[in-house]
Amino acid sequence: MSTSSGGAADSAAPAPFDPPVSTVPGKPAGPGRPRRSVVRTSPSLAVWFLLPAVVLLGALVLYPIGYSVYRSLFDVSGDDFVGLDNYTGLFRDDRIRTALRNNLIWVLVAPAVCTALGLIFAVLTEKVRWGTAFKMVVFMPMAISMLAAGVIFSLVYQNDPERGAANAAWTTIHDTFSDPAPWPGARPRPASDLKGPAEGPFTSGATVGAGQPALLPLVAVKPQDVAGEQPAAEPRAGGDGINGTVWLDFKPGGGGAPDAVDSGEKALPGIKVEAVKGGEVVASATTAADGTFTLPAAADGAKLRLPASNFAEAYGGVDWLGPSLVTPAVIAAYVWMWAGFAMVLIAAGLASVPRELMEAARVDGANEWQVFRRITVPVLAPVLAVVLVTLMINVLKIFDLVYIIVPSARLEDGNVLAVELFQQAFAGSDPDLGTGSAISVVLLLLVLPVMIFNIRRLRKESGR
Amino acid sequence: MTTAAAAETAPKPEPREAKDESPAKESLASRVGRYAGGGAVRAFLVIVAFLWLTPTVGLLLSSFRDPADIATTGWWKVFGDPGQLTTDTYDTLFGNEDVMGALPTTVWITVPSTLLVVVIGALAGYAFAWMDFPGRDWVFLAVVCLLVVPVQVALIPVASLYRDLNLFHTITGVVLFHTAFGLPFAIFLLRNFFAEIPRELLEAARIDGAGELRLFFRVVMPLGGPAIAALGIFQFLWVWNDMLVALVFADPGKPPLTVAVQQQTRQFDSNIELIASGAFISMIIPLVVFFAFQRQFVSGVMAGAVK
Repeated sequence: MSTSSGGAADSAAPAPFDPPVSTVPGKPAGPGRPRRSVVRTSPSLAVWFLLPAVVLLGALVLYPIGYSVYRSLFDVSGDDFVGLDNYTGLFRDDRIRTALRNNLIWVLVAPAVCTALGLIFAVLTEKVRWGTAFKMVVFMPMAISMLAAGVIFSLVYQNDPERGAANAAWTTIHDTFSDPAPWPGARPRPASDLKGPAEGPFTSGATVGAGQPALLPLVAVKPQDVAGEQPAAEPRAGGDGINGTVWLDFKPGGGGAPDAVDSGEKALPGIKVEAVKGGEVVASATTAADGTFTLPAAADGAKLRLPASNFAEAYGGVDWLGPSLVTPAVIAAYVWMWAGFAMVLIAAGLASVPRELMEAARVDGANEWQVFRRITVPVLAPVLAVVLVTLMINVLKIFDLVYIIVPSARLEDGNVLAVELFQQAFAGSDPDLGTGSAISVVLLLLVLPVMIFNIRRLRKESGR
Repeated sequence: MTTAAAAETAPKPEPREAKDESPAKESLASRVGRYAGGGAVRAFLVIVAFLWLTPTVGLLLSSFRDPADIATTGWWKVFGDPGQLTTDTYDTLFGNEDVMGALPTTVWITVPSTLLVVVIGALAGYAFAWMDFPGRDWVFLAVVCLLVVPVQVALIPVASLYRDLNLFHTITGVVLFHTAFGLPFAIFLLRNFFAEIPRELLEAARIDGAGELRLFFRVVMPLGGPAIAALGIFQFLWVWNDMLVALVFADPGKPPLTVAVQQQTRQFDSNIELIASGAFISMIIPLVVFFAFQRQFVSGVMAGAVK
């Protein structure tokens, strides 16, 4: 956009009644007065060119703005004037308050993240030969509908780590850094000497002494889970420590005595055993492949405890669409769609960063980060502002993504203004057009600063 | 080479001396740094590209799996068991009237909306660029203001207007609404593009006796090709992908694709196989348009950075 309205003197086609002297400084009106249009037309002809646009804009954009403002001052029925009650009501309703809060989070977070990522991608792709291919990959989601993106991310956010990609990745990372429990769900027999809550820890009632074998039988492990394990061994004999065995006290096919290591019973390796004296852990050991363990002599007289970490259920991942994460989760889907937009605009802006300046800075010993921080970002500042503002307007009106990704039952937690407006005015059986109109006017008021920003930008550019 | 050029242009002698002192050390260190940094950058970008592709690939693979498999395991399991892939879901989809009947509706909404926006926008854009009428600049400024008006503001009033005009739940109503909200951007884009047309061209045509309409159709429209293409692509994708406007104004019994798929997601016993394949079908046309007209789309998006 190089020319536009505002400064009529500089616009491409000046009005025919411009003063004959050119108002462009230092540029005398030439002999043929080229700034005077030969393409002169009568205003009546212009009417026909403008008529369709004016009718449509008037009936479907301008009139509705006025009507919405008017309607927002009346109650549900539309008959009683209620002043600003619909607006104050917005702040009293919990659902709408959540929507307002979520919209605020959206506007503060989503554009900033998109712009930051776009900036990083745009700068980095300049350095690789396949930058264009990369840009295509990141920009591609812009072309698809928010509905499709919503369906895509509903799949990603499915709770079951077996089905949802996000939880599959998250549990994999989680389990890499913290070992999963070796025997989830295993527990002692109710009659056993080991006692404790169902999920552990289990502590022995009796104390152990050196030379005495410590038998710690457990049950409630599925036979197929121990199929590959070694047979349990009797506690080793000898040494001045405490020897013991943890095993699955269940003999397939029946038989076998409780609390005794019978042949055919399987070992439970990898279980942590702690010796506790007066509430303090004095020693610990882990069971070997045959289920046996040896505690040092220091454990003499201690009680044995099997900590709960041995039996924790497998980590199930994160409830992405739960009350606390639902908005960040949908914002992530938005970032997936719109980071490419920021990247492409910023990449175009990068072309205007003076290369000589960057080279000169590098010669003077500036590192890449300093060049980025002191040259690239300041030069790009106007582009970054445009990207941020554009994304902010876009995010303010966010509807489809939230409506598709957030499950109906959780809609209250992930609510935003546009969704609330739709629910109030179109989804229910008794629509509240007063509240709905008030929400729409609030949305309009929120974009007003952007309107002013645009006009000023336009005037500045045409003033050049 | 570039450093030499920079040193030549350096006005003061000091930088040159500093450079001469340690050329070997500098370049070695920076080269090592560049290689290491370049490797890290490449690795980072590859990971990002992978992350960005994964969700779409996931949908594509899901849409080719058996509903029973989708219900129990993730799409990545097909890598271990390619036998899971099946076109059954698409057979179901193609046999589903609700979704397949929506495709023509989407076309009937999208194509007229795009054409109308281009034609009406071009007429007005030409008037703003080259015709003289009082208050022209102020009216154009008003159009610029309308660029950012959210569609939500018009939903309730236009719904009641359409009910009075019998346009509610009709394709015509949806088309007119999309056209109206596409116009500010169309006028803005085309007016600025048309204003760049060299005056001499228009004057020459005028001297040859071309009338206003002839000038518009024979000179301005052809010259405006690139901008019109960008606008057309942009508007096409915008309308094709829209869900909110269709949700409000389209006939719920005969909705476009986005709403049809959305209705499936809201059903009590949601048909995941229909949703996945339906969503993918709804993506195909936009993706084809995107890859075929990338440049126009990008320039449309860049010009529309205020919408």
